[in-house]
Amino acid sequence: MVEFISQFPLLAALLALVGLAAVFGALLGFAAVRFKTEGNPIADQINDLLPQTQCGQCGYPGCRPYAEAIADGEAINKCPPGGEAGIQALADLLDVEPIPLDEEHGEENVRSVAFIREAECIGCTKCVVACPVDAILGAAKQMHTVIVSECTGCDLCLEPCPVDCIDMIPEQESLQNWHWKLPDPVSRELDIIATDAHAAATDRDVEAA
Amino acid sequence: MLADYSILLISAILVNNFVLVQFLGLCPFMGVSNKLETAMGMSMATTFVLTLASACSNLTYHFLLQPLGLGYLKTISFILVIAVVVQFTEMVVRKTSPLLHRVLGVYLPLITTNCAVLGVALLNLNKDHNFLQSLFYGFGAALGFSLVLVLFAAMRERLNVADVPQPFKGAAIGMVTAGLMSLAFLGFAGLV
Repeated sequence: MVEFISQFPLLAALLALVGLAAVFGALLGFAAVRFKTEGNPIADQINDLLPQTQCGQCGYPGCRPYAEAIADGEAINKCPPGGEAGIQALADLLDVEPIPLDEEHGEENVRSVAFIREAECIGCTKCVVACPVDAILGAAKQMHTVIVSECTGCDLCLEPCPVDCIDMIPEQESLQNWHWKLPDPVSRELDIIATDAHAAATDRDVEAA
Repeated sequence: MLADYSILLISAILVNNFVLVQFLGLCPFMGVSNKLETAMGMSMATTFVLTLASACSNLTYHFLLQPLGLGYLKTISFILVIAVVVQFTEMVVRKTSPLLHRVLGVYLPLITTNCAVLGVALLNLNKDHNFLQSLFYGFGAALGFSLVLVLFAAMRERLNVADVPQPFKGAAIGMVTAGLMSLAFLGFAGLV
Protein backbone atom coordinates (compact mmCIF):
# COMPACT_ATOMS: atom_id res chain seq x y z
CA MET A 1 0.00 0.00 0.00
CA VAL A 2 2.74 2.43 1.07
CA GLU A 3 4.82 1.45 -1.96
CA PHE A 4 1.88 1.94 -4.24
CA ILE A 5 1.26 5.41 -2.87
CA SER A 6 4.91 6.39 -3.05
CA GLN A 7 4.88 5.51 -6.76
CA PHE A 8 2.25 8.19 -7.33
CA PRO A 9 3.23 11.47 -5.64
CA LEU A 10 -0.07 12.97 -6.77
CA LEU A 11 -1.93 10.32 -4.79
CA ALA A 12 0.15 11.06 -1.70
CA ALA A 13 -0.66 14.77 -1.99
CA LEU A 14 -4.32 14.01 -2.47
CA LEU A 15 -4.44 11.68 0.50
CA ALA A 16 -2.55 14.13 2.70
CA LEU A 17 -4.94 16.98 1.93
CA VAL A 18 -8.03 14.80 2.24
CA GLY A 19 -6.68 13.39 5.50
CA LEU A 20 -5.96 16.87 6.83
CA ALA A 21 -9.42 18.07 5.84
CA ALA A 22 -11.05 14.98 7.40
CA VAL A 23 -9.16 15.44 10.68
CA PHE A 24 -10.04 19.12 10.84
CA GLY A 25 -13.63 18.42 9.89
CA ALA A 26 -13.88 15.85 12.67
CA LEU A 27 -12.33 18.33 15.11
CA LEU A 28 -14.81 21.04 14.17
CA GLY A 29 -17.69 18.59 14.27
CA PHE A 30 -16.64 17.50 17.74
CA ALA A 31 -16.30 21.13 18.83
CA ALA A 32 -19.73 21.98 17.44
CA VAL A 33 -21.29 19.27 19.61
CA ARG A 34 -19.07 19.77 22.65
CA PHE A 35 -19.35 23.59 22.73
CA LYS A 36 -22.96 23.90 21.69
CA THR A 37 -24.63 27.11 22.88
CA GLU A 38 -28.28 27.65 23.64
CA GLY A 39 -30.33 30.72 22.90
CA ASN A 40 -29.98 33.32 20.23
CA PRO A 41 -26.86 35.45 20.78
CA ILE A 42 -28.04 38.09 18.26
CA ALA A 43 -31.30 38.63 20.17
CA ASP A 44 -29.24 38.95 23.37
CA GLN A 45 -27.05 41.63 21.81
CA ILE A 46 -30.06 43.53 20.48
CA ASN A 47 -31.73 43.27 23.87
CA ASP A 48 -28.66 44.83 25.48
CA LEU A 49 -28.97 47.84 23.17
CA LEU A 50 -32.66 48.43 23.86
CA PRO A 51 -33.34 50.86 26.72
CA GLN A 52 -35.16 48.26 28.89
CA THR A 53 -38.01 50.64 29.66
CA GLN A 54 -40.43 47.74 29.00
CA CYS A 55 -42.87 50.43 27.84
CA GLY A 56 -44.41 48.48 24.99
CA GLN A 57 -44.53 51.46 22.64
CA CYS A 58 -43.08 49.29 19.89
CA GLY A 59 -46.15 47.08 19.97
CA TYR A 60 -44.41 44.17 21.69
CA PRO A 61 -44.95 43.26 25.34
CA GLY A 62 -41.43 44.33 26.32
CA CYS A 63 -37.87 44.88 25.18
CA ARG A 64 -36.92 41.21 25.02
CA PRO A 65 -39.79 40.24 22.66
CA TYR A 66 -38.98 43.23 20.46
CA ALA A 67 -35.30 42.18 20.40
CA GLU A 68 -36.33 38.71 19.25
CA ALA A 69 -38.59 40.26 16.60
CA ILE A 70 -35.71 42.42 15.32
CA ALA A 71 -33.52 39.32 15.14
CA ASP A 72 -36.24 37.83 12.91
CA GLY A 73 -36.28 40.86 10.62
CA GLU A 74 -38.59 43.42 12.29
CA ALA A 75 -37.86 47.12 11.59
CA ILE A 76 -35.41 48.74 14.01
CA ASN A 77 -37.15 52.13 14.26
CA LYS A 78 -40.01 51.38 16.65
CA CYS A 79 -38.36 52.27 19.94
CA PRO A 80 -39.00 55.90 20.96
CA PRO A 81 -37.19 55.73 24.34
CA GLY A 82 -34.04 54.52 22.57
CA GLY A 83 -34.33 57.42 20.12
CA GLU A 84 -32.02 58.15 17.19
CA ALA A 85 -28.99 57.02 19.19
CA GLY A 86 -30.62 53.65 19.83
CA ILE A 87 -31.48 53.20 16.16
CA GLN A 88 -27.92 54.10 15.23
CA ALA A 89 -26.53 51.53 17.67
CA LEU A 90 -28.89 48.85 16.31
CA ALA A 91 -27.95 49.75 12.74
CA ASP A 92 -24.26 49.42 13.63
CA LEU A 93 -24.82 46.04 15.25
CA LEU A 94 -26.91 44.62 12.41
CA ASP A 95 -24.94 46.40 9.70
CA VAL A 96 -27.98 48.04 8.10
CA GLU A 97 -28.74 51.64 7.20
CA PRO A 98 -30.15 53.67 10.12
CA ILE A 99 -33.75 54.79 9.40
CA PRO A 100 -35.70 57.61 11.06
CA LEU A 101 -37.86 56.86 14.08
CA ASP A 102 -41.33 55.57 13.20
CA GLU A 103 -43.74 58.35 14.26
CA GLU A 104 -46.58 55.86 14.79
CA HIS A 105 -44.90 54.50 17.89
CA GLY A 106 -44.29 57.85 19.56
CA GLU A 107 -41.69 60.58 19.62
CA GLU A 108 -38.30 60.72 21.21
CA ASN A 109 -38.30 62.66 24.47
CA VAL A 110 -35.59 63.76 26.79
CA ARG A 111 -35.03 60.97 29.26
CA SER A 112 -37.27 61.68 32.21
CA VAL A 113 -38.41 60.13 35.47
CA ALA A 114 -41.86 60.08 37.06
CA PHE A 115 -42.48 62.24 40.12
CA ILE A 116 -45.54 61.85 42.36
CA ARG A 117 -46.86 65.02 44.02
CA GLU A 118 -47.30 63.31 47.33
CA ALA A 119 -49.69 65.86 48.83
CA GLU A 120 -52.26 65.07 46.13
CA CYS A 121 -51.79 61.29 46.07
CA ILE A 122 -54.84 59.42 47.35
CA GLY A 123 -53.12 56.04 47.66
CA CYS A 124 -55.15 54.15 45.07
CA THR A 125 -52.21 51.88 44.02
CA LYS A 126 -53.29 52.06 40.36
CA CYS A 127 -49.89 53.39 39.30
CA VAL A 128 -48.13 50.68 41.31
CA VAL A 129 -49.94 48.07 39.25
CA ALA A 130 -49.20 49.84 35.97
CA CYS A 131 -45.46 50.22 36.53
CA PRO A 132 -43.62 47.60 34.43
CA VAL A 133 -40.42 47.77 36.49
CA ASP A 134 -41.87 48.03 40.03
CA ALA A 135 -40.36 51.45 40.55
CA ILE A 136 -43.33 52.82 42.51
CA LEU A 137 -43.46 52.23 46.22
CA GLY A 138 -46.71 52.47 48.18
CA ALA A 139 -49.68 50.69 49.70
CA ALA A 140 -53.45 51.26 49.70
CA LYS A 141 -54.47 54.56 51.37
CA GLN A 142 -50.78 55.45 51.79
CA MET A 143 -49.08 58.00 49.60
CA HIS A 144 -46.85 56.54 46.87
CA THR A 145 -43.44 57.55 45.72
CA VAL A 146 -41.10 56.74 42.83
CA ILE A 147 -37.74 55.05 43.20
CA VAL A 148 -35.80 57.34 40.88
CA SER A 149 -32.97 54.91 40.14
CA GLU A 150 -35.47 52.26 39.01
CA CYS A 151 -37.80 54.47 36.95
CA THR A 152 -37.30 54.06 33.21
CA GLY A 153 -39.43 57.05 32.19
CA CYS A 154 -41.98 54.99 30.22
CA ASP A 155 -44.90 57.21 31.44
CA LEU A 156 -47.26 54.21 31.68
CA CYS A 157 -48.22 55.38 35.18
CA LEU A 158 -49.65 58.72 34.02
CA GLU A 159 -52.71 57.19 32.38
CA PRO A 160 -54.21 55.22 35.31
CA CYS A 161 -53.74 57.99 37.94
CA PRO A 162 -57.27 59.25 38.83
CA VAL A 163 -56.06 62.56 40.32
CA ASP A 164 -53.29 63.27 37.79
CA CYS A 165 -50.68 63.80 40.48
CA ILE A 166 -47.77 62.28 38.50
CA ASP A 167 -45.37 64.52 36.59
CA MET A 168 -42.62 63.48 34.21
CA ILE A 169 -39.57 65.56 35.00
CA PRO A 170 -36.41 65.55 32.86
CA GLU A 171 -33.55 63.64 34.40
CA GLN A 172 -30.91 65.74 36.12
CA GLU A 173 -27.40 65.52 34.74
CA SER A 174 -25.34 63.42 37.11
CA LEU A 175 -22.11 61.44 37.18
CA GLN A 176 -24.01 58.35 36.04
CA ASN A 177 -25.45 59.78 32.84
CA TRP A 178 -22.97 62.48 31.89
CA HIS A 179 -21.33 62.07 28.49
CA TRP A 180 -18.26 63.69 27.10
CA LYS A 181 -19.39 66.09 24.41
CA LEU A 182 -17.61 65.68 21.09
CA PRO A 183 -16.10 68.87 19.73
CA ASP A 184 -18.17 70.70 17.15
CA PRO A 185 -16.87 69.63 13.71
CA VAL A 186 -17.15 73.09 12.19
CA SER A 187 -15.60 74.97 15.07
CA ARG A 188 -12.28 76.56 14.22
CA GLU A 189 -11.42 77.65 17.69
CA LEU A 190 -10.76 74.21 19.09
CA ASP A 191 -7.38 73.89 17.37
CA ILE A 192 -7.59 70.12 17.03
CA ILE A 193 -4.96 70.12 14.33
CA ALA A 194 -2.38 72.75 13.60
CA THR A 195 -3.83 75.52 11.52
CA ASP A 196 -2.40 78.79 10.33
CA ALA A 197 -5.82 80.39 9.95
CA HIS A 198 -5.40 82.30 13.20
CA ALA A 199 -1.92 83.54 12.26
CA ALA A 200 -3.16 84.57 8.81
CA ALA A 201 -6.02 86.55 10.36
CA THR A 202 -3.60 88.32 12.71
CA ASP A 203 -1.33 89.15 9.76
CA ARG A 204 -4.25 90.70 7.89
CA ASP A 205 -5.11 92.79 10.93
CA VAL A 206 -1.52 93.99 11.14
CA GLU A 207 -1.48 94.87 7.42
CA ALA A 208 -4.82 96.68 7.71
CA ALA A 209 -3.47 98.71 10.62
CA MET B 1 18.51 32.56 24.39
CA LEU B 2 16.24 35.08 26.08
CA ALA B 3 17.93 37.88 24.17
CA ASP B 4 17.30 36.04 20.88
CA TYR B 5 13.61 35.78 21.58
CA SER B 6 13.24 39.38 22.73
CA ILE B 7 15.03 40.52 19.57
CA LEU B 8 12.64 38.36 17.53
CA LEU B 9 9.69 40.00 19.31
CA ILE B 10 10.91 43.58 18.91
CA SER B 11 11.81 42.95 15.31
CA ALA B 12 8.31 41.64 14.58
CA ILE B 13 6.57 44.43 16.51
CA LEU B 14 8.50 47.52 15.44
CA VAL B 15 11.22 46.99 12.86
CA ASN B 16 9.40 44.62 10.52
CA ASN B 17 5.91 45.72 11.51
CA PHE B 18 3.50 43.67 9.45
CA VAL B 19 1.18 46.49 8.52
CA LEU B 20 3.38 49.51 8.07
CA VAL B 21 6.64 47.98 6.87
CA GLN B 22 5.64 44.71 5.18
CA PHE B 23 2.18 45.94 4.09
CA LEU B 24 0.31 42.81 5.14
CA GLY B 25 -3.16 42.86 6.67
CA LEU B 26 -4.02 46.23 5.21
CA CYS B 27 -7.73 45.47 4.75
CA PRO B 28 -8.60 45.26 8.46
CA PHE B 29 -6.16 48.13 9.05
CA MET B 30 -8.28 50.42 6.88
CA GLY B 31 -11.59 48.62 7.39
CA VAL B 32 -12.08 48.33 11.14
CA SER B 33 -10.12 51.35 12.31
CA ASN B 34 -13.08 53.73 12.33
CA LYS B 35 -13.83 53.17 15.99
CA LEU B 36 -11.35 52.61 18.77
CA GLU B 37 -13.60 50.04 20.42
CA THR B 38 -13.87 47.80 17.38
CA ALA B 39 -10.16 48.21 16.72
CA MET B 40 -9.47 46.87 20.22
CA GLY B 41 -11.77 43.90 19.61
CA MET B 42 -10.10 43.16 16.29
CA SER B 43 -6.64 43.44 17.87
CA MET B 44 -7.44 40.97 20.61
CA ALA B 45 -9.00 38.49 18.21
CA THR B 46 -6.07 38.78 15.81
CA THR B 47 -3.48 38.37 18.56
CA PHE B 48 -5.12 35.18 19.70
CA VAL B 49 -5.58 33.65 16.27
CA LEU B 50 -2.24 34.74 14.82
CA THR B 51 -0.25 33.18 17.65
CA LEU B 52 -2.22 29.95 17.54
CA ALA B 53 -2.27 29.68 13.74
CA SER B 54 1.46 30.38 13.56
CA ALA B 55 2.19 27.49 15.91
CA CYS B 56 -0.31 25.13 14.27
CA SER B 57 0.92 25.72 10.74
CA ASN B 58 4.47 25.12 11.95
CA LEU B 59 3.39 21.75 13.34
CA THR B 60 1.47 20.88 10.17
CA TYR B 61 4.47 21.61 8.00
CA HIS B 62 7.06 19.77 10.07
CA PHE B 63 4.99 16.72 10.95
CA LEU B 64 2.84 16.21 7.87
CA LEU B 65 4.06 18.03 4.75
CA GLN B 66 7.81 17.71 5.17
CA PRO B 67 7.93 13.93 5.88
CA LEU B 68 5.75 13.29 2.84
CA GLY B 69 7.78 15.67 0.66
CA LEU B 70 4.74 17.82 -0.02
CA GLY B 71 6.30 21.23 0.65
CA TYR B 72 4.55 22.68 -2.38
CA LEU B 73 1.18 22.19 -0.66
CA LYS B 74 2.08 24.52 2.17
CA THR B 75 -0.06 27.49 1.08
CA ILE B 76 -3.30 25.57 0.70
CA SER B 77 -2.69 23.56 3.88
CA PHE B 78 -1.99 26.72 5.86
CA ILE B 79 -5.21 28.30 4.62
CA LEU B 80 -7.01 25.19 5.82
CA VAL B 81 -5.23 25.31 9.19
CA ILE B 82 -6.02 29.01 9.69
CA ALA B 83 -9.69 28.57 8.81
CA VAL B 84 -9.99 25.68 11.25
CA VAL B 85 -8.16 27.50 14.04
CA VAL B 86 -10.44 30.51 13.63
CA GLN B 87 -13.60 28.41 13.60
CA PHE B 88 -12.50 26.33 16.54
CA THR B 89 -11.51 29.40 18.54
CA GLU B 90 -14.85 30.99 17.83
CA MET B 91 -16.76 27.95 19.10
CA VAL B 92 -14.67 27.61 22.24
CA VAL B 93 -14.82 31.31 23.07
CA ARG B 94 -18.56 31.46 22.51
CA LYS B 95 -19.08 28.63 24.95
CA THR B 96 -16.48 29.43 27.58
CA SER B 97 -16.58 33.23 27.65
CA PRO B 98 -19.68 34.85 26.15
CA LEU B 99 -18.37 38.22 27.31
CA LEU B 100 -15.17 37.93 25.29
CA HIS B 101 -17.20 36.58 22.37
CA ARG B 102 -19.38 39.67 22.53
CA VAL B 103 -16.31 41.94 22.51
CA LEU B 104 -14.68 40.13 19.61
CA GLY B 105 -17.99 39.73 17.80
CA VAL B 106 -17.86 39.48 14.04
CA TYR B 107 -14.12 40.20 13.93
CA LEU B 108 -13.15 36.70 14.94
CA PRO B 109 -14.42 34.95 11.76
CA LEU B 110 -13.16 37.88 9.68
CA ILE B 111 -9.56 37.03 10.57
CA THR B 112 -9.69 33.99 8.28
CA THR B 113 -9.19 36.37 5.38
CA ASN B 114 -6.49 38.46 7.05
CA CYS B 115 -3.41 38.04 4.87
CA ALA B 116 -1.08 38.80 7.79
CA VAL B 117 -2.01 35.43 9.32
CA LEU B 118 -1.03 33.50 6.21
CA GLY B 119 1.97 35.82 5.79
CA VAL B 120 3.34 34.94 9.22
CA ALA B 121 2.91 31.21 8.60
CA LEU B 122 4.80 31.40 5.30
CA LEU B 123 7.49 33.75 6.63
CA ASN B 124 8.10 31.32 9.50
CA LEU B 125 9.07 28.73 6.88
CA ASN B 126 11.23 31.12 4.89
CA LYS B 127 13.14 32.07 8.02
CA ASP B 128 13.46 28.44 9.19
CA HIS B 129 11.92 29.15 12.58
CA ASN B 130 11.48 26.27 15.00
CA PHE B 131 8.26 25.78 16.96
CA LEU B 132 9.03 28.21 19.78
CA GLN B 133 10.41 30.83 17.41
CA SER B 134 7.26 30.55 15.28
CA LEU B 135 5.15 31.08 18.38
CA PHE B 136 7.09 34.20 19.35
CA TYR B 137 7.21 35.55 15.81
CA GLY B 138 3.43 35.10 15.46
CA PHE B 139 2.82 36.75 18.81
CA GLY B 140 5.15 39.64 17.95
CA ALA B 141 3.50 40.14 14.58
CA ALA B 142 0.11 40.22 16.29
CA LEU B 143 1.29 42.73 18.89
CA GLY B 144 2.67 44.93 16.13
CA PHE B 145 -0.60 44.69 14.24
CA SER B 146 -2.57 45.57 17.38
CA LEU B 147 -0.32 48.50 18.23
CA VAL B 148 -0.66 50.03 14.78
CA LEU B 149 -4.39 49.33 14.51
CA VAL B 150 -5.18 50.93 17.87
CA LEU B 151 -2.95 53.94 17.19
CA PHE B 152 -4.52 54.42 13.78
CA ALA B 153 -8.08 54.05 15.10
CA ALA B 154 -7.43 56.64 17.78
CA MET B 155 -6.08 59.02 15.15
CA ARG B 156 -9.05 58.44 12.85
CA GLU B 157 -11.45 59.22 15.66
CA ARG B 158 -9.77 62.60 16.01
CA LEU B 159 -9.69 63.06 12.24
CA ASN B 160 -13.45 62.49 12.04
CA VAL B 161 -14.09 65.72 13.93
CA ALA B 162 -11.15 67.65 12.50
CA ASP B 163 -11.52 70.34 9.89
CA VAL B 164 -10.31 68.34 6.88
CA PRO B 165 -10.59 69.88 3.40
CA GLN B 166 -13.58 68.43 1.52
CA PRO B 167 -11.68 66.37 -1.12
CA PHE B 168 -9.57 64.68 1.58
CA LYS B 169 -12.42 63.63 3.84
CA GLY B 170 -12.87 59.99 4.86
CA ALA B 171 -10.66 57.31 3.35
CA ALA B 172 -8.35 59.79 1.60
CA ILE B 173 -7.07 61.40 4.78
CA GLY B 174 -6.91 57.90 6.28
CA MET B 175 -4.54 56.82 3.51
CA VAL B 176 -2.40 59.93 3.96
CA THR B 177 -2.25 59.26 7.70
CA ALA B 178 -1.31 55.63 7.14
CA GLY B 179 1.46 56.73 4.79
CA LEU B 180 2.85 59.14 7.37
CA MET B 181 2.69 56.44 10.04
CA SER B 182 4.54 54.09 7.72
CA LEU B 183 7.25 56.71 7.22
CA ALA B 184 7.50 57.12 10.98
CA PHE B 185 7.90 53.38 11.46
CA LEU B 186 10.74 53.37 8.94
CA GLY B 187 12.61 55.17 11.69
CA PHE B 188 12.87 51.86 13.53
CA ALA B 189 14.88 50.32 10.67
CA GLY B 190 18.31 49.32 11.90
CA LEU B 191 17.18 49.09 15.51
CA VAL B 192 17.76 45.33 15.50
